[in-house]
Amino acid sequence: MKPYAFDYLAAGSAQEAVALLAQLGGDARILAGGQSLMAVLNMRLAQPSALVDISATADLNYVRVESGHLIVGAAATQASVEWRAGLAGEVPLLALAIPSISHFQIRNRGTVCGSVAHADPSAELPLVLTALDGEVVLRNKKSRRSLKAREFFRGMLTTARQPDELVEEVRFPLARPGQRVAFLEFAARHGDFAIASAAAVGHGRLIRLAVGGVADRPIVREWEGLDESVIDDALNEFAWDLQAQDDHHASARFRRHLVRRLGKKAIKAVQAKEA
Amino acid sequence: MSQEVVGHIEDASTARAHVGRSIPRIEDATLLTGRGRYGDDVGVKPGTLYAAVIRSPHAHAHVRGINAQTALALPGVRAVLTGEDIRAWSRPFVVGVKQPMEQWALAMDRVRYVGEPVAVVVAESRYIAEDGADLVAVDYEPLPVAVEIEQALSEDAPVLHDKIGSNIVSERRFSYGDPDKAFAEAAHRVELVAKYPRNSCTPIEGAVVIAEYISPEDGYEVSSNFMGPFSLHTVMALALNVPGTRLRHRGFRDSGGSFGVKQAVFPYAVLMCLASRKAGAPVKWVEDRLEHLTAATTATGRLTRLEAAVDAEGRITALNYDQVDDCGAYLRAPEPASFYRMHGVMTGAYAIPNLKIRNRILLTNKMPTGLVRGFGGPQVYFALERLMQRISIELDIDPLLVYRRNFIQPDAFPYRAAAGGLIDSGNYERLLDKAISVGRLDELYARRETARAEGRLYGIGFSAIVEPSISNMGYVSVVSLPEKRAKSGPKNGGIATATISIDPLGGVTVVVASSPAGQGHRTVCAQVAADVFGLDPKEIVVNVDFDTQKDAWSVAAGNYSSRFAGAVAGAVHLAAQRLKEKLASAAAVHLACAPEEVLFREGRIQVAGDASRSLPFARTAASAHWAPALLPKGMEPPLRETVYWTPEQLSAPDEKDRVNTSAAYSFAFDICAVEVDSDTGKVTIDRYITGHDAGRLLNPALAEGQIRGAFAQGVGAALMEEFQYGSDGSFLSGTFADYLLPTSCEVPDPIIVHQETLSPFTPLGAKGLGEGNNMSTPPCIANAVADALSVKEVMLPLTPSRVMDLIGIDDPPSVRAPTDAPSPVKGGRALTASGEVRLAASQEAVFAVLLDPSALAKVIPGCNELQSTGENQYKADVTVGIGMIKARYAAEVTLSELDPPNSLRLSGAGLSSVGSAKGSGIVKLEPHAGGTLLKYDYEAEVSGKVAAVGGRMLEGAARIVLGQLFEQLGRQASGESPSSARPSLWMRLLRFLRRAK
Amino acid sequence: MSQLKKGQTHKVTLTLNGSVRSGDCEARTLLSDFLRHELGVTGTHVGCEHGVCGACTVQIDGVAQRSCLTLAVQVEGRRVDTVEGLSGPEDGLSGLQAAFRRNHALQCGFCTAGILMSCEDYLRRKPDPSAAEVREMLSGHLCRCTGYTNIVKAVLETAAERRAAVSS
Repeated sequence: MKPYAFDYLAAGSAQEAVALLAQLGGDARILAGGQSLMAVLNMRLAQPSALVDISATADLNYVRVESGHLIVGAAATQASVEWRAGLAGEVPLLALAIPSISHFQIRNRGTVCGSVAHADPSAELPLVLTALDGEVVLRNKKSRRSLKAREFFRGMLTTARQPDELVEEVRFPLARPGQRVAFLEFAARHGDFAIASAAAVGHGRLIRLAVGGVADRPIVREWEGLDESVIDDALNEFAWDLQAQDDHHASARFRRHLVRRLGKKAIKAVQAKEA
Repeated sequence: MSQEVVGHIEDASTARAHVGRSIPRIEDATLLTGRGRYGDDVGVKPGTLYAAVIRSPHAHAHVRGINAQTALALPGVRAVLTGEDIRAWSRPFVVGVKQPMEQWALAMDRVRYVGEPVAVVVAESRYIAEDGADLVAVDYEPLPVAVEIEQALSEDAPVLHDKIGSNIVSERRFSYGDPDKAFAEAAHRVELVAKYPRNSCTPIEGAVVIAEYISPEDGYEVSSNFMGPFSLHTVMALALNVPGTRLRHRGFRDSGGSFGVKQAVFPYAVLMCLASRKAGAPVKWVEDRLEHLTAATTATGRLTRLEAAVDAEGRITALNYDQVDDCGAYLRAPEPASFYRMHGVMTGAYAIPNLKIRNRILLTNKMPTGLVRGFGGPQVYFALERLMQRISIELDIDPLLVYRRNFIQPDAFPYRAAAGGLIDSGNYERLLDKAISVGRLDELYARRETARAEGRLYGIGFSAIVEPSISNMGYVSVVSLPEKRAKSGPKNGGIATATISIDPLGGVTVVVASSPAGQGHRTVCAQVAADVFGLDPKEIVVNVDFDTQKDAWSVAAGNYSSRFAGAVAGAVHLAAQRLKEKLASAAAVHLACAPEEVLFREGRIQVAGDASRSLPFARTAASAHWAPALLPKGMEPPLRETVYWTPEQLSAPDEKDRVNTSAAYSFAFDICAVEVDSDTGKVTIDRYITGHDAGRLLNPALAEGQIRGAFAQGVGAALMEEFQYGSDGSFLSGTFADYLLPTSCEVPDPIIVHQETLSPFTPLGAKGLGEGNNMSTPPCIANAVADALSVKEVMLPLTPSRVMDLIGIDDPPSVRAPTDAPSPVKGGRALTASGEVRLAASQEAVFAVLLDPSALAKVIPGCNELQSTGENQYKADVTVGIGMIKARYAAEVTLSELDPPNSLRLSGAGLSSVGSAKGSGIVKLEPHAGGTLLKYDYEAEVSGKVAAVGGRMLEGAARIVLGQLFEQLGRQASGESPSSARPSLWMRLLRFLRRAK
Repeated sequence: MSQLKKGQTHKVTLTLNGSVRSGDCEARTLLSDFLRHELGVTGTHVGCEHGVCGACTVQIDGVAQRSCLTLAVQVEGRRVDTVEGLSGPEDGLSGLQAAFRRNHALQCGFCTAGILMSCEDYLRRKPDPSAAEVREMLSGHLCRCTGYTNIVKAVLETAAERRAAVSS
């Protein structure tokens, strides 16, 4: 399975990358880690006329802490975040979720921003970004704009990104004192895409639960206090609201069931112990 | 004659210096350092071209025409091979069931399964060949399909081969003993329906074929990783219209796994020979993963109704099998071997004198079947071993007691089973006891009790199997009636060959036609020969790259049916013995002793009892090269021996349809304990014990390797592997993200228990053990899960979804919304979309847009061109995409059921290089708040490559695309012009989303 | 910024197993094909071309990655290591390769090269992995022959040997 022919341009800088996007139009694609795009190209499921390679663009390759966020540049690999020494303290939800992303070898090249831009409804990074109410910075030739995760993810494989825009960086809020997080995923095998996943953040009485793999994108719900008596009903309503679909991997019923079970485990894990 | 040496592995090694030891492999250093010589690693002749195969996206269709003009005009494309060429230069493949059905190397006027080869593009590189393939236009007229077994069996099913008139191409009944009487007198009758899914052992290396057409006189030469059986050489030669001697077939030294699967390389060997003829140059084809999963081969899917007549103590007195094998779109040689390989031992490990069998071979619009490790065994034992559990439950007898009471007893061997299998040796109960004790079954029973007390789902299962090895090449003929067999002459036997030669420096070479794919044949052959000659295995050279024109081989040659240990290694031993005897005679002259007194030991040839009288092996063995005249009078130079060995027990089926289908029979007894997670349906194996008796183990480490590998494949078959098809026959498992193989996280470490009950029928007393766990593990795990969940019906694979269905899901309704969005999954990828769009335009204006082609062209997303082809009918060129996937479709759009200005039906069908799509929907218009409310209810099916790969990425995609269509319709109708002539997908989507919410 | 047009041939220069090598390719040529057919190092194998089986895994600048999902042009100026570059004192086998042989951790050998390259990268980062961690890392490689257990053993043995060598 070999790709169609395309032009290849390696962007030397972020500015060059967006200039190329503006110039080449909708038929060009950004090549970051390539772990999704190359598979699609090898199978000839897409025929871009040009690839703009940012995988070696130095000024896009950064992971840094700034203004209360862990900021990951477009060329930074998932591994560079995964193996980061302080990650468990900085963004513990990422430390929990990243090992479930595919496999070691894929994470070595796949990028954080690439996964976010691809917006697979089962993907872990969009789920974490949504759970933490993180941000996506989009940049085109003329300007930058920042969107919250829930504004960015529009549907299955669909985001607010315009064809002339690059996902320049994503920002994960750093953990706040007293905050608890949990991540659970159910997949057919280790490393497979999630049939359903749950990421929870608890702070005081506030519970925030994001579910992936069920709707066409990660969906978040928040509750101010969830007693034992209401938690099952709340999860049930959430499960139905997600409008699960049947497919060859799981039925809608099974997915709702997983939302109830995984969601409950996640919520319990982040609920503050009452005095 | 019978040598019963029962012992642990450690004991057996004292008898011989090398056989029975776990010596490291001679293959490894080369493979570990990247110097393997797999098919795509070896060089090719300059001027060799590369092939890409064009395959049908439809499960059943007429092929109306092929247009390769554009492809041929592409620089680098050198030829396109089509059905016309096939018809001129070849014949259909012969097969063991005589019916008016034809399978050629390419589809002729009809395609019958998704992935069926339709044409071949030959170009200067694979990249260009694929470019060319995309430019070939094939005109298909889809036909109704017969996909599921039950559906294909029915009276009104679409028929695949018109001349046959039915999809059942063979029906045979067999009766042994007096089964009806046994059932009538039975204290109990226990029955079961079992369904075994289509799956494959998918080696990591696919097929590789390098073919060259030499000339009309000299025929063809082909190199490939075809693994046998070489009975198929005749099938290939006959298809190519050449004598077998004019088809030279060579193997590569290394093959990246086969597990039976590379038997199905043979039609591609023929296809590429013909491609080479067309192109006027050698042609190389490397099968890619999508091709392999879609169209290489699969195990048969089998539907079995099995009933047992059982006495009050759980002894089975009769079995009644009703089996249907789904063999795919064409019965392809060596089918119906999946049925008949096991025929002689359909009674398994049990002494059951009465047997009734009905076998039906069914064709369906799915890929043709073939050899897959286990080969017929997994299908039989899934039914039989599940039935053993049912007997235990329904009669309330401990399962182990049921086994003990039914096992063939040790003093009954060689045991003639009801259908003719002659089981050479065994001691089943002793191995059962050993497995229980080593595996600590008592601990597992305790864990089960504790788990159940805690409300957890924990179960224990067993399975016992007889694993046949060294096939009787005559077994397939039992599909024909005895009268017919008598007419065409008996077929029987299983010839193994080995050649041993001495070179002028006294070096020993062994040549076997065994086509290994990782089993370590070269190492074991070296061990066997080394023992005979008193040498070190490192001194023996073993060559396995066979050449049909130069090497000794037979129709049974190849690597299948676990024949190596018993037959091939046995033949090596016999050849080595013969050569040794001759060398001993020659050496005896020099040593002045009798030939019987000559010993071969540690590289020397000596007189027994007097080490001072000895000669070096190498020089002595080579002396016949240099001074043949000095040999004893009348003696031929002892330089080369070829042995053809066939076990005499492999006779042709008799007039009562009894046939000994294999020469040797191993035995395995497995125990499995599982815990099932009631939240997720995930099955975790707590402990797995597998006991094996395969006679003499030639290299214990390699034997255990075979067991572990087969076990991993058994876990896959039990829990996750299945080739899935849509109800329209579209193939849905085209990548390794869809067809799931177990990884290191899913395969536990089994406890392996050995026993060696030698075979009296093979030269070394060895039996095959390569396929045991493919047969024993799936039913063992299934039994454990059935025990955990207390259910009767268990279907493979036991995916979390299936397990949750068995457990039952509590799905309390929502307080607010009545139901979730209906989305029944039918067809390829069936996607439904419904919604409404509010439009600031009148109904009439909206309707007018739909009837106006130029306006419609702007409405259909990605529409590049729209041409009217009739009243309300259009041909459209449409680019459709979602996410990063995009494809250009040649589509037909039709408007029908017009009720202006209220409603109409909009239908479309399109074909692209990524597959086909079709859909139909009702569009309704209503007045609303000064404008129009457009409601649509649309259903689409997507099939072909785009359905086969990453289909999950497409779910919901049609919703978005269709949403775009109707949103655009609204814009068009309300006179809003898009911001640019062809607005981007994303702009349209944004506008749609804001409007529709 | 380099611009490579479709259909044209480009020259790529890289350091392969320590030696500078050059070869020709198109923009779309996969690294797996470039290594095997242009540079002639056929030890790296191709099993799926969609990044799942792991047979094509090589190291780029020491990091284990799928060569089937990488373009040849992307390794311009880089260091690429393949199985041919692993070697050692025992029959030319490195400690890891010798451990594979000792433990019967390969049968057909087709998936082996990729696994070796992953393991070398992983063991550099994690010299003391648990069996579970090794299995997790190996889950990115599909093997149909061995059932994985012997591979895990070989890796753990090698890790222990290397730790012992370091401390002595």
